[in-house]
Amino acid sequence: MFSSLLLSELRILFSRRRTVALLVALAAIPILIAVAIRLASSPGTGRGPAFLDQVTQNGLFVGVSALVVAIPLFLPLTVGVVAGDTIAGEASHGTLRYLLVAPAGRARLLVVKYLGAAAFCIAAALTVVIAGTLIGAALFPVGPVTVLSGTTIDVGEALLRFLAIAGYVAVSLLGLSAIGLFFSTLTNVPVGAMAATISFSVASQILDALPQTEWLHPWLFSHYWFSFADILRDPVSWASFGDNALLQAGYIAVFGALAFGRFLTKDILA
Amino acid sequence: MLLPGGESSDLAIETHDLTKRFGRQTAVAGIDLAVPRGSVFGFLGPNGSGKTTSIRMMLGLVSPSSGSVRLLGEEMPRRLSEVLPRVGALVEGPAFSPFLSGAANLRRFDSADPLAPPRTRGARVEAALDRVGLGHAASKKVQAYSLGMKQRLGLANTLLMPRELLVLDEPTNGLDPQGTREVRALIRSLADSGTTVFVSSHLLAEIEQICTHVGVMSAGALVATGTLDELRQVGAARVILQTPDAAAARRVLVGLGLALLEATEPDHVVASVAEGVGGDGDGLRPEAIVAALVEAGVRVRGFSVEQPSLEDRFVALTGEGFDVVQ
Ligand SMILES: Nc1ncnc2c1ncn2[C@@H]1O[C@H](COP(=O)(O)OP(=O)(O)OP(=O)(O)O)[C@@H](O)[C@H]1O
Ligand SMILES: [Mg+2]
Repeated sequence: MFSSLLLSELRILFSRRRTVALLVALAAIPILIAVAIRLASSPGTGRGPAFLDQVTQNGLFVGVSALVVAIPLFLPLTVGVVAGDTIAGEASHGTLRYLLVAPAGRARLLVVKYLGAAAFCIAAALTVVIAGTLIGAALFPVGPVTVLSGTTIDVGEALLRFLAIAGYVAVSLLGLSAIGLFFSTLTNVPVGAMAATISFSVASQILDALPQTEWLHPWLFSHYWFSFADILRDPVSWASFGDNALLQAGYIAVFGALAFGRFLTKDILA
Repeated sequence: MLLPGGESSDLAIETHDLTKRFGRQTAVAGIDLAVPRGSVFGFLGPNGSGKTTSIRMMLGLVSPSSGSVRLLGEEMPRRLSEVLPRVGALVEGPAFSPFLSGAANLRRFDSADPLAPPRTRGARVEAALDRVGLGHAASKKVQAYSLGMKQRLGLANTLLMPRELLVLDEPTNGLDPQGTREVRALIRSLADSGTTVFVSSHLLAEIEQICTHVGVMSAGALVATGTLDELRQVGAARVILQTPDAAAARRVLVGLGLALLEATEPDHVVASVAEGVGGDGDGLRPEAIVAALVEAGVRVRGFSVEQPSLEDRFVALTGEGFDVVQ
């Protein structure tokens, strides 16, 4: 049964020590930021990542600040590890052949593996926001939040907005997960697929920063990674969320199709 | 293509001209296997002769370069999802997620089988572990298992559901003598309950003890196949004589039409007989040989007739050399 295999995959993924370590490392980012700011005598002067200078006034901003810090490198790194491992990890352990003769079904296994990676994206973004909110509330005052349009929203509403931002970031990582899944079908060496996936995310961000490749920018999967500020307006604007989701869906379609094309006919020799 | 029902359904495995090429190398060269239902089929062959590659093609892991496979009467890999739940397999050694316990690994493979009922999963995993003697190590992580324990766990994986066919690639690799005996007993009991067992090995003694049918692979080709008895009878029986009059004995044996073989000890004479010796056939009788020897004044201190072992036959078919052929 599909649900049986998916549940088993999720249980194993999230009970695995490596996954837990990745999530702990992500949770450490907001904790480091909060402690560092708390220990510094003078409040920030507007330098550093967005939202950071607001942290001392309102601890709720720790979560978002940590997301901004984690988006370029730490999050793609953890997603690269998980997505790159999906098929290649099973191949390297030899369990791929036993899953397939069970028979898991090649298409079914690929979908389950992708859903596992997607679940990790959600867990990763949530971990940063939740750990940030908790440590922020512990070390700094907490109160109503002044959003970008100048109005003020209460704490409950602010927490919902931060959850929405976590959702935005999770969606942002789905395209990269599909790329990782595809790389993972190409090799029996998980580290290779992981490294290729992480390199892809770095390359995409570099291209996105170069003015010479401006024509390419809207097609890069990292293009909307930082565009979640719309969620902190009053009323919320979902336009960039939609653009981002559409772009990620495109990447899922293309790299998902490549992964299927490769995996459905591949000789399983590991 | 429609085959008449009776013809294909009494074969558990049927391959036609099954071929696999890796680049320029032909790993499996057009084999035609016919494994009858209810048989214990020994798939013999030296290292690199194409046993595992054939098994991978049967199970739909590797697509053949040409040729076809039918498993339990169904075409593979087209009907893979219907057939494989009825097949238990051990392919090229056991493999598990090292960070999971033995029981967790089995639960995982079981949840990949769409026909395995989740409600009985725990009980079935436990029963399979008990059956291979791993009941006490069920909650131990697989990375802490010994080679033989992993092999047992691999066997347990094939027993999670009632199966019509077991495909076991070298199932006793790494097992201790008790383990080997238990596996043999397990295969016998499964065969008695009607399961067809296809077992690859290069341990000939083992095949000889448990199999009803044998197929011999050499350099990718199936060089012999048939029942165990058919295969054994093709070879020549050997006469082993212990005597101080070796030279005279040799003359007598050659005179009777036997071919001399190299003896390992000085007072022994070894010769082979092309015709069956010792049976009631029209070949030479052992007593006739002894009578001829005594008549020629040869002091016979010991005399025995050895039927050809599968090993002799195996070596005759696949060559003496130790080097891997391809
Ligand atoms: N992935 C591969 N690429 C190229 N050649 C391969 C590959 N896998 C197997 N071969 C070749 O195919 C031939 C048959 O290999 P196979 O593993 O089927 O042998 P085997 O009979 O199972 O041997 P053993 O008794 O050692 O397990 C070998 O010559 C091997 O070198
Ligand atoms: Mg092999």
